[in-house]
Amino acid sequence: MSLVFAGICSHAPGITGRAEMAAAELREPLYEAFRGMRQQLAAARPDALMVIAAEHFANFFMNNMPSFAIGMSDQYQGPIEDPAWLRIPRVSVPGNAHLSRKLIQEIMQTVDVSYAEEWKFDHGIMVPLHFLTPQFDVPVIPVNINCQGPPLAPLHRAWAFGEAIRRAADSVPQRIALVGTGGISHWPATPDSGRINEAWDREFLARWSNNDRSAMLSYSDSDTYRDAGQGGFEIRTFISVAAAARGAGHLQHYMPIPIFAVGCTVATMDIAA
Amino acid sequence: MSLYQLQKFLFDINRDPSVQAEYRKDAATLVQRYDLTGEERDAIVGGDVGLIYVLGANGQLLMHFAAFLGMPWPAYIQSMRDGITKHGPVRAGIYAMTTTVDERVAGV
Repeated sequence: MSLVFAGICSHAPGITGRAEMAAAELREPLYEAFRGMRQQLAAARPDALMVIAAEHFANFFMNNMPSFAIGMSDQYQGPIEDPAWLRIPRVSVPGNAHLSRKLIQEIMQTVDVSYAEEWKFDHGIMVPLHFLTPQFDVPVIPVNINCQGPPLAPLHRAWAFGEAIRRAADSVPQRIALVGTGGISHWPATPDSGRINEAWDREFLARWSNNDRSAMLSYSDSDTYRDAGQGGFEIRTFISVAAAARGAGHLQHYMPIPIFAVGCTVATMDIAA
Repeated sequence: MSLYQLQKFLFDINRDPSVQAEYRKDAATLVQRYDLTGEERDAIVGGDVGLIYVLGANGQLLMHFAAFLGMPWPAYIQSMRDGITKHGPVRAGIYAMTTTVDERVAGV
């Protein structure tokens, strides 16, 4: 049918794994924003949810690193992390191999995407699903953009990937929802964890909300690394969503929560023709 | 310096319970599979998270090894600061430290 929902959100493992270490007045509004996104997602009645995440060596490593990959299985498992560490129980999540194959074939017309018939979800997908489809009852199509092991795909290729996802979503009879997950500025899993460049985040989110392609693609990786840390490379997932949705973005929530290591973000985007 | 091999070990142990069991049983034998320097081998066998950080390991790999070793989050963060204090700045990779050892940006 078409793309029926588009949004972005944070996926930091601390959001669930270190929940009690954040003050309730910071934590609860984030959770409320996730609940709001969950309702909007459900209202869109998706047949499948594509989650564009920037995974963290759960499935892909530098021995064979795809810039872009999509899952093609009827079932996935997650989290790959210790469930006690992430505080999300290990579950099976339904996929749709046939639908994945159709989408991949269309995306391949313009982007050389890899596919994977095995995929274990890490926090990049499990934290968003925990809030957005907590019963794990919506088939998920996992999508990955390498944001961890340089060299990374240029931002304009992340944009092209998003355009291809949109074209593919519009080519199938199913109702497709799309959620990009990641951080904006952050220095995760280092002694700097908790450092957040709020001004940089808000500038990026303004560019994203305006769906300003040239402004979003103007960041160099060296500038991002300097101003937004290695975690800032994950803007690729948000950029792909903007390219797919083409509309205006609506920031539902943004709040730096240092113990969660990111400016916690929930936003939706209009789907324009 | 063989950062790729060091990180390959972390990748393997993070996702493979059989490698985790081997580590607990005989870490010194396990690391022979990897083309590591003596310093890297000692860091892995000794569970020296601070030194592994200084050697350049990606934090997304290292934090799970630290959890496997039983380190709570604040202890993991502190171990990296201690590694910097003892061994100097991060030598490779993209997870260099940008704060000082006295900063507690997230309160831990």
